[in-house]
Amino acid sequence: MKKFSRFLFFFLSAAFSLFLLSGCGTTGAPAETSGAPVEDRAQIAPIETSGINSSTLPSALTDPSSPLSRRSIYFALDRYDIAEEYRELVTAHARFLIANPQFKTLIQGNTDERGSREYNLSLGQKRAEAVKQMLMLLGAQESQIEAVSLGEEKPRAEGHDEAAWAENRRADLLYSGEF
Amino acid sequence: MLRFAAVFSALRLLRAAPLWLGAGILLLTPAAQAQLSIEVTGSGARQIPVAIADFSVLSGSAEQGAALADVARRDLEQSGLFRVVNAEGVRSDESSPVEYALWKERGADAFAGGSLSLASGRIEARFRLYDVTRQAPLTGAAFLTDVAHLRAAGHRVADTIYETLTGERGVFSTRIAYVLKTAGRYHLQIADADGHNAQTALISSEPVISPAWSPDGTRIAYVSFENKKPIIFSHSLLTGTRQVLANFKGSNSAPAWSPDGTRIALVLSRDGHSQIYLINANGGGLTRLSNSAGIDTEPQFSADDAFIYFTSDRGGSPQIYRVAAQGGMAERITFTGNYNVSPSLSPDGKNLAFITRQDGAFRLAVMDLASRQTQILSDSSKDESPSFAPNSRMIVLATEMGGRGTLSVVSIDGRVRQRLSVPAGDVREPAWSPFPR
Repeated sequence: MKKFSRFLFFFLSAAFSLFLLSGCGTTGAPAETSGAPVEDRAQIAPIETSGINSSTLPSALTDPSSPLSRRSIYFALDRYDIAEEYRELVTAHARFLIANPQFKTLIQGNTDERGSREYNLSLGQKRAEAVKQMLMLLGAQESQIEAVSLGEEKPRAEGHDEAAWAENRRADLLYSGEF
Repeated sequence: MLRFAAVFSALRLLRAAPLWLGAGILLLTPAAQAQLSIEVTGSGARQIPVAIADFSVLSGSAEQGAALADVARRDLEQSGLFRVVNAEGVRSDESSPVEYALWKERGADAFAGGSLSLASGRIEARFRLYDVTRQAPLTGAAFLTDVAHLRAAGHRVADTIYETLTGERGVFSTRIAYVLKTAGRYHLQIADADGHNAQTALISSEPVISPAWSPDGTRIAYVSFENKKPIIFSHSLLTGTRQVLANFKGSNSAPAWSPDGTRIALVLSRDGHSQIYLINANGGGLTRLSNSAGIDTEPQFSADDAFIYFTSDRGGSPQIYRVAAQGGMAERITFTGNYNVSPSLSPDGKNLAFITRQDGAFRLAVMDLASRQTQILSDSSKDESPSFAPNSRMIVLATEMGGRGTLSVVSIDGRVRQRLSVPAGDVREPAWSPFPR
């Protein structure tokens, strides 16, 4: 075994010397004499997403004179409960969902732009959940309601002041066909 | 903390080659090709002076030899840790005798010379690095690449020089993923760490956030709002295809890969509020990890797979906590201030980067996990989304300059600073890739 090791050592040394000589001229060899392949990166092919087309809704949901055309509930800074002034609006939507069990609603919560995008996503979720809970308390079925968050990603007001931030602390109700 | 404010280098970047797909349809718009440009705005306390001669060209064009050396020079200069000594007019390759006296006179501590040769359509770049003071070779290497990826060989040369002279691994061959918002559209971009070669993986009219690299660098998980709600996709950079990773009722967000790439931590609201779950990388085997009455989000695995760090408001304000990766009692990590979010762990396990709010300003902070000492590393006001370089030395983050989103790169000692921006777009949500395999 020992003999074999010695043989192997000499063999490898000789091979290595040859390797160095053949590879590299006379002043000593680079540490790697054959080229280490640099990763070949495949060209990245972009995917383009397609959006959703909304269809027409019953006029009760879109007629400006109908309370159901009001779809936004606003929240105070750092607040996630539904203010008194929006109870009537939420009640009207709960009645619509009870009367139209084939309809589903998507509640999108939103926040202002300040702070972490992911944390804001969770804060927007709290706003959407508050609307969902109230709709369910008033008799709408859970299967009719999905509460989601857009966080700070889809600001309705693009400004960077108190007025814009207040506009963006909001939950919106969308109905089947709009999402 | 020393801060060097003067901008000493503003580099215009080259136009990237257009991106072609299959039958030759040009898929990229000029806007999507917008390159990140780098400005170095701070540098290390001591810079190692290094000279790199244009590579001599055994077969091929002389410009290639100059271009390759230039990539390596710019890499080293942009790192803030090197001063590039003029090597103009010097012809040298890895085998020629080194003019030590000349380099000593020009103030270089180290000299590198090399050559390029073309062999069956590929380029072999060989070089050797010398210690000028000791008049001795330090190291040498050879890299093989195809002609279109000559820059990649230049990055490898820079990585070798960087590692030999600083003792830590270079990140010049890594990439940064980010989201570019321009003309009302969102582009998930993948660029080399020097801003070159930006390629688009996804174009969407709806927001894309939270890109996360798989540990092998072949996939990116991200959150897309293209279906009116946040859904997590797992996108293969090799095949250009993607799968829905999580589309549960409610919101799906904040994906983070486990160190072995088999599992992904994510945040779902399916049980009523944002909680952390684990899912297999193929989308199966969902289990709930956190169970609190408040928000739990932004999970990040520690490199040793022992812990998951996350943001939670369970104590009344958002703070960073950690929990054993198999679940259990959470331990609070941040205590100063009432808004500490977006944890990012250094791959060496030593540091935690996060965003802290001070007097209404959101700033990058770094905590030494052994001593629990925290240092604020920025004086800007809209810092977001820190992500560590794989060598644990640098952090890329999103910030704002002149009303536009830009990326900022900061060393963990706060000295070296770079700014990466795109002329006509908002850049945000950076994620530094792992080392190439």
